[in-house]
Amino acid sequence: MVTDTGGIDDKSFNASAWAGMQAAKTEVSNIVPKNVVSSSEADYEPNLQGFVTQDCNFILAVGGLMITSTQKIATAAADSQFAIVDGVVAGASNVYPMQFETHQAAFLAGYLAAGYSKSGKVGTYGGMKLPTVTIFMDGFADGVAHYNQAKGKNVQVIGWDKAKQNGTFAESFIDQSKGKSITDTLVSQGADVIMPVAGGTGLGTAQVAKDSAGKVSVIWVDQDGCKSAEQYCDVFLTTVVKNIEGAVKEAVIKGAKGEALTATPGYQGSLENDGVSLAAYNSFDSKIDSTLKTEVETLKADIISGKVKVESVSAPK
Amino acid sequence: MTTETTTPQAPAAKGGPDGEESLLSRFTQNLWAANSVMVTILSIVLAVVIGAILIVVSDATVLAKFAYFTARPSDALTASWDLISVAYADLVKGALGDPEAFAAWFDGTGTWQQAFGPLSETLTYAAPLVFTGLAVALAFRGGLFNIGAQGQAVIGCITGGIAGFTFGLPVGLAMLVAMLCGALGGALWGFIPGLLKARTGAHEVITTIMLNYTSALLLSWLVLQKGIQDPDRTDAISKTVHEAAQLPSFGGVLRVHLGIVLAVLATAGVAWLLNRSAFGFELRAVGSNQHAAKTAGISVAKTYALLMAIAGGLAGLGGATQVLGTAYALTPAVAGNIGFDGLLVALLGRNRPWGTLLAALLFGALRAGGNRMQSYSGISLELVTVLQALIVIFIAAPALVKAIFRLRATRLTRPGASLVKG
Repeated sequence: MVTDTGGIDDKSFNASAWAGMQAAKTEVSNIVPKNVVSSSEADYEPNLQGFVTQDCNFILAVGGLMITSTQKIATAAADSQFAIVDGVVAGASNVYPMQFETHQAAFLAGYLAAGYSKSGKVGTYGGMKLPTVTIFMDGFADGVAHYNQAKGKNVQVIGWDKAKQNGTFAESFIDQSKGKSITDTLVSQGADVIMPVAGGTGLGTAQVAKDSAGKVSVIWVDQDGCKSAEQYCDVFLTTVVKNIEGAVKEAVIKGAKGEALTATPGYQGSLENDGVSLAAYNSFDSKIDSTLKTEVETLKADIISGKVKVESVSAPK
Repeated sequence: MTTETTTPQAPAAKGGPDGEESLLSRFTQNLWAANSVMVTILSIVLAVVIGAILIVVSDATVLAKFAYFTARPSDALTASWDLISVAYADLVKGALGDPEAFAAWFDGTGTWQQAFGPLSETLTYAAPLVFTGLAVALAFRGGLFNIGAQGQAVIGCITGGIAGFTFGLPVGLAMLVAMLCGALGGALWGFIPGLLKARTGAHEVITTIMLNYTSALLLSWLVLQKGIQDPDRTDAISKTVHEAAQLPSFGGVLRVHLGIVLAVLATAGVAWLLNRSAFGFELRAVGSNQHAAKTAGISVAKTYALLMAIAGGLAGLGGATQVLGTAYALTPAVAGNIGFDGLLVALLGRNRPWGTLLAALLFGALRAGGNRMQSYSGISLELVTVLQALIVIFIAAPALVKAIFRLRATRLTRPGASLVKG
């Protein structure tokens, strides 16, 4: 697999994809996972090409930023099997797209946050204005709106305006102090449940929540916070899980067995196939009202059945 | 790495009775004299040796063999040697070419494109570094630390890229206009600190660093704006540069493009400017002693402003090369690290134009080879960064290299442009 410029230890999608590859190896022992890190965008093509030259059975490009490079290399190397996380390469039958309907799970998180909030205000912010980030924020905002509509309440979302597609961004996925200062601002505006969609920057939010002694709680993203950032487990209300690891593992195993990976429709992670989900409530299990829990479960079923529609401009098409 | 050589002119003290040295002894003496070519080569050797140690240390299985080193030293040594030789062999193959690929080409199972792929990668990575390296080197010869090559390159990316996808001009002209726009953008970005220095005395290190941030943030804002952003994409990427404006390339595996040719021309141009033109004389005079230059009637302020504009223009060309030659679209990280690598390249090239070109080629080779080393032997790409840094550290500390290798003091001191003297 080829990482994007985030590197292999980004505690986000590169790390998840790599974990998926290694998990595949434990299941099918003849898989030899290899990774190369791209230090700049100019590295994408040579790195992908390097794996083509080595005759790899399955070449994974991680991240939507690599779409153009993957398209170029995959068209030239029609015999190799490619896959891409968070992107789709139009017209290339040998590129298996892996996309996630993250807004569905974030919708549940938004509903839960609105129901759990005591101040009537919830907050969110992103690492950077990328579609893979704002899709969380879209779903979250819609989930809150759905709660307001169902209960006749007026819970506000601070930090993201879905209609304008505009909000608060840290411009970093690693800067914890930036995450802290943004969170302080959100808290001073009255938010008591905050969802940072910003990788390592979000740890700053977790720290603020920890210092608040229970007043502020956090909704984590990507991987269950109680596993990926254990030290803050007691502030995580829940996690909007995007199961890149599972999807990659499955695709790698199929690729290794020589099974066909069809480019259309490719992999669409949704609530239905557990590609995206809401993690366990962990330490908040006893604090969340049981009717709220049931409502979230019903809502999940409704989204799967299509009764409740969740939309986002950033959603995979 | 440089064209500088120490010509033996001292009378042979230990020569034969007739006072003449044999050619061989003269050569060996000269070889071990601490001239800058020797220091550079030895710096690279030292960096490679330390890199080898790091390769071994970072490999758990090989390191485990060192646990019973006293019992069976051959185990650990063979394993280390295997690892190091494979890693460095991949580095060289990735930079210059794989003999197997050449063999495959000759017996018809491979193509010439595959054989020359690695070389093409080296030149692709080197091209923008030549420009940014020259931008730093030239400014330094005039006594200015141009830390802003990164920002100037980013602006060059922006103006070159926008010109590349906005104007629908015919082939050739479109490319020319886009490159020119890149140079102008960079020149403007270099001119600002130059002017500030000339008019207000604001230190160019501070102003250029600040302008680096400004340009990076400008770029990441700009790629999301209507008219710039690719309408089919929601993420931060601009429209694609028109084919007419792209630097011609072989296509396919061979990414190398016209940029490297332009880079060589630019090097020749800078060499001429520096050594043969009146402005070059002025800037060198200002660089060695601005007070003396002022007394001699040279306008220091004008020299600073013009010098920074030219340096910025060169860095801007580097940025434009990156967009029009390899990336074809603007993204927030399109310029990568070319500006900061340019600083290292200039240091390694001793701030001389041709030296900078060679240094850029070496850095390009390290980057291209590093990709292969990472992919084939699983050695982290960071090793390449470490190698680059080590080489420059040793270059910047020649006394250390001389002490390690017990080099003789150089017999001929030249009016150098080396940073350690500066």
